[in-house]
Amino acid sequence: MDPLTEKPDPEFLVQIRNLNYRIGNRAIHKDINLDIPRGKVTTIMGPSGCGKTTLLRLIGGQARAHSGQILVDGINVGRLDLNGLFTLRKRMGMMFQSGALFTDLSVFDNIAFPLREHTTLSESMVRHIVLMKLQAVGLRGARELFPAELSGGMARRVALARAIALDPMMIMYDEPFTGQDPITVGIIMQLIRLLNDTLGLTSIIVSHDVQEVCTISDQLFMLSDGKVISHGSPDQMKRSDSEAVQQFMHAFPDGPVAFHYPAADYFEDLMQT
Amino acid sequence: MNILDRFQRLGQNSENLLAQVGARGLFLLRILAGIPALLGHMKLFVQQLYAVGAQTLTIIAVSGMAVGMVLGLQMYNILVDISAENTLGHVVALSLVRELGPVLTGLLFAGRAGSALTAEIGLMKATDQLAGMEMMAVDPVKRIIVPRFVAGLFSMPMLAAIFSAIGILGSYFVGVDLLGVDEGAFWSRMQAQVDPYGDVLNGVIKSLVFGLLVTWIAVYEGYHATATTEGVSQATTRTVVHSAFAILGMDFILTGLMFGD
Repeated sequence: MDPLTEKPDPEFLVQIRNLNYRIGNRAIHKDINLDIPRGKVTTIMGPSGCGKTTLLRLIGGQARAHSGQILVDGINVGRLDLNGLFTLRKRMGMMFQSGALFTDLSVFDNIAFPLREHTTLSESMVRHIVLMKLQAVGLRGARELFPAELSGGMARRVALARAIALDPMMIMYDEPFTGQDPITVGIIMQLIRLLNDTLGLTSIIVSHDVQEVCTISDQLFMLSDGKVISHGSPDQMKRSDSEAVQQFMHAFPDGPVAFHYPAADYFEDLMQT
Repeated sequence: MNILDRFQRLGQNSENLLAQVGARGLFLLRILAGIPALLGHMKLFVQQLYAVGAQTLTIIAVSGMAVGMVLGLQMYNILVDISAENTLGHVVALSLVRELGPVLTGLLFAGRAGSALTAEIGLMKATDQLAGMEMMAVDPVKRIIVPRFVAGLFSMPMLAAIFSAIGILGSYFVGVDLLGVDEGAFWSRMQAQVDPYGDVLNGVIKSLVFGLLVTWIAVYEGYHATATTEGVSQATTRTVVHSAFAILGMDFILTGLMFGD
């Protein structure tokens, strides 16, 4: 453990301290601090481009912070080498926005993939586990299909089944509701909550679908301009007196996040020949 | 632009070039370090040997036949003027085994298999499949890149040998069957004059080097492609163009080393 690391609080699975991350000269995260409690569903919200997905990448060790600490189960992710990261990731699941299913493998083989890579289970045991995971997401009958034959919603459910294949301690969801029909959104919401509670997981969702995340989340964090501007339960966030939070929660087209991209004076612009 | 700016630009360009070379070198070392792990995943290697090697066979066979026939015809027309048409087999075999076989196979391999490798890996990156694999604690270099690299390395010498063999048959068909060159002279001259070590082995070494270059370029470009449609398209183009330059440049060097006095 890094000697500078503060003593991790066992109540929280993920603790982020003074996180700074840049892409080129653009600061994506500016001194971010946040704690994600164990066993809860936590959502990170914010306008497009505010660094929500990047935060998941930082927690998963796919990107390195320029300064600050990210502790996952007390382990400083930024200090891990590749082997250390792989050991930690075996205890993490991630559902990508695109599903990220392997297109050359069937649904069954996609879910069996992490089991075959990381365990020495017999094929009959792998089969049983895969069928149980597929049953949990309602797609046991689709096991022979290939990703190209799945709808967007089915692909995400398969991705979810794959993410829980190794029974991880946490799952990260990157925009799980984007582009889905209302029925699929309802199914995914139910699955996130149900799996979190029945499997004793910790769930981190990145999303800007306010209604959906307010329904299933225990805690919300709101990012804007690279900082955490507010956090609390969905009810607390709805009652927040922050203008930026109100704009986001109630979908106001103008406010702290301006409708107009910064530009020269309109009149002067029109007068230029 | 003053002289200082020019120097600054030259320095910047040199630094970028060195960084590019270094990145490619480190990537190759990472691949080589992953090869022992392939022993536990021979199925992946066999699958890629089929995709990279066997599926390139048709274009190699057709091109080999066409080149052999044209070469046979052109050489016959030159040799017959000096009454040396009986050396046709010898001349064609040396041309194919030493030069045309490895070089043309390398160029065709870059166009068919190299571009497919880059596009496949680039699209896997664009659709988060590589990131997904990393998040499942599986190293994409070992699981995706290494089997393709080794399959490319194994395929090229075999494809080049097939290209040369079919090319010789094509020239035999034109020279012996159509133009009347003596069959015994065609084969016996070839047998007597083509050195299995000096000519054939050097051709195999060339094809092995070209296979390494093309596959290395292809997997590097795919793995480092910008994860967009345009990025994958540009990476695929770079694979074909850089491979062609690399093959032609390296052929000159190798020919100088192998056949120069």
